[in-house]
Amino acid sequence: MSAPIFALVTIAAGVPERTSLETLTVARRLAAETGGPLEAVLVAAAADARSTAAALAGWGVATAIVIEHDTLTLDHPDGWAAAVAQVIAARGPAAVVGSGTERGNDLLARVAARLSLPMAANVVSVAAGDRYRLVRQRWAGSLLEECWLDAPVRLLTVAPNAVVVGEPDGTAAPAQERLAVTLGPADLAVHVTSREAPERGRISLAEAKVVIGGGRGVGSTEGFGDLEELAGLVGGAVGGSRVVTSAGWRPHADQIGQTGLRIAPDLYIACGISGAIQHIVGCKAAKLILAINTDDEAPIMSVADYAVIGDLHAIVPAISAEIRRRSAGG
Amino acid sequence: MNILVCVKRVPATGGRIVLTADGSAIDVRFLGFTVSPHEECAVEEAVRIVEARGGSSTVLTLGPAVAEEQLRDAMAIGIERAILLETDGRDWDPVATASAIVAAVRAQEAVAAPFDLILFGNESADSGGFQVGIRVAAALGRPIVTGVKALQLGEGRIVARREGAGGGWESFEIPLPAVVSVKEGINLPRYPSIPGRLRAKKKEIERSTPAWQPGGLEKIVLRLPKEEVTAAEVIGRGPDAAAAVVDLLDRIGVLDR
Repeated sequence: MSAPIFALVTIAAGVPERTSLETLTVARRLAAETGGPLEAVLVAAAADARSTAAALAGWGVATAIVIEHDTLTLDHPDGWAAAVAQVIAARGPAAVVGSGTERGNDLLARVAARLSLPMAANVVSVAAGDRYRLVRQRWAGSLLEECWLDAPVRLLTVAPNAVVVGEPDGTAAPAQERLAVTLGPADLAVHVTSREAPERGRISLAEAKVVIGGGRGVGSTEGFGDLEELAGLVGGAVGGSRVVTSAGWRPHADQIGQTGLRIAPDLYIACGISGAIQHIVGCKAAKLILAINTDDEAPIMSVADYAVIGDLHAIVPAISAEIRRRSAGG
Repeated sequence: MNILVCVKRVPATGGRIVLTADGSAIDVRFLGFTVSPHEECAVEEAVRIVEARGGSSTVLTLGPAVAEEQLRDAMAIGIERAILLETDGRDWDPVATASAIVAAVRAQEAVAAPFDLILFGNESADSGGFQVGIRVAAALGRPIVTGVKALQLGEGRIVARREGAGGGWESFEIPLPAVVSVKEGINLPRYPSIPGRLRAKKKEIERSTPAWQPGGLEKIVLRLPKEEVTAAEVIGRGPDAAAAVVDLLDRIGVLDR
């Protein structure tokens, strides 16, 4: 029988995270190709993992592996890496597929470093073989690389939002197997020592249905007043390009782009943004993009659905005024 | 504090990536070069820490001879020393890159004070491997925290803060020596001054040429993703377009509240 394919599945609030379903999708295809069983290594506290293994019915998982340890929590990045390394040693998978999230890449890279194995981050497709042939993202997805991954155990993470997840099918819930791991003090030394809850009451950029982004064309911190006003009227959030956060016009947390947030609102209004790749990778998942720009040949026009040509400081207040006029007129 | 910052020379891609005819690389004939944005912040952080606490700062890169430009950029804003691990232009995979950096750190620490802190960018802008810092930390047996957006220095310890997976913030208190990979936003990097540039131009750069080694990851070819390149529909010009925009907002249902 062929060696198993591992999927690292993160459980949050009793269900697998969306990115873990992408991981399972890629790992399941790989298992079908190699003929090995698909095994899910549950990245969750043991109590949560035991109760949610059943939630994996329909994803083709043969075995759900619950890691047992008295003090290991998700706050221990090296502890998890040591645990996953021990599961790999115990069960000898052909490949381990994780999520290309911040935490997913961190975890698998720590595993890779421990086991002196190569690792490929943000993969979008895999062909098995003696060496695996991969397609992976570079430049946050604005460029693809075809590459070979040559290792006794192939470690790879799946790029978020790049794989289509199907519906769960009729496959049974996995058998559950518990595996006790042994961790030393060094494995548990790096851990979260304090936590601050997210700010309440503010519409977050990541969640907003409408996002209004400003770029160099906004001109100043004060210039964002026009964008804030419109955001207030449509229940949206305001963000900016890297130029804007680098100039200090907005805090870095408001940056949309390769080194900031990736957003996926219903509507993105890009004001005075030329459309550097750095920015486009952060906003291209929007369902609709409206660009407001003085330059009708700016690169943003090749990704925008609609455009208004002209000075944003004349156009944006006019849009706000028009919304007010209509709501007053009923 | 004795600080080492590791950076990578990458093209400044701007608006559109163009590949060479054989797809082996980005066509850089018309591009400038920079370091990855997270690394610009790592350099700035090192300069600020040494300004505040004393000590020394060193910048290191593995790259072609022309990567000297990026080392001088870092020295222009206040990094004191620079180390170039010179390559012949071939691709180094993350395993090989990390092992060359580890060897360089060991060689430095054998003859001078150890580095209390080694800073990386969270991931390189170009290849985005998300692992060199972690591999270096593991090989040196030092703790690492990734994705760090704030650093607080204590006696023999640091507190590294990063965004929580579900929002909010989480902090790690770790002992020195340590490795930290930072993200843009930890600070706002300064621009180099003219005197800074002039000083940097005259400084020595320590060079060595580590032997290329194969890693387990080998590039075959690059290609651009299939994007739907659409021409935006121009719905108006100037403030007169407001009515058309509000019609659009109405149509997609964002005014229903």
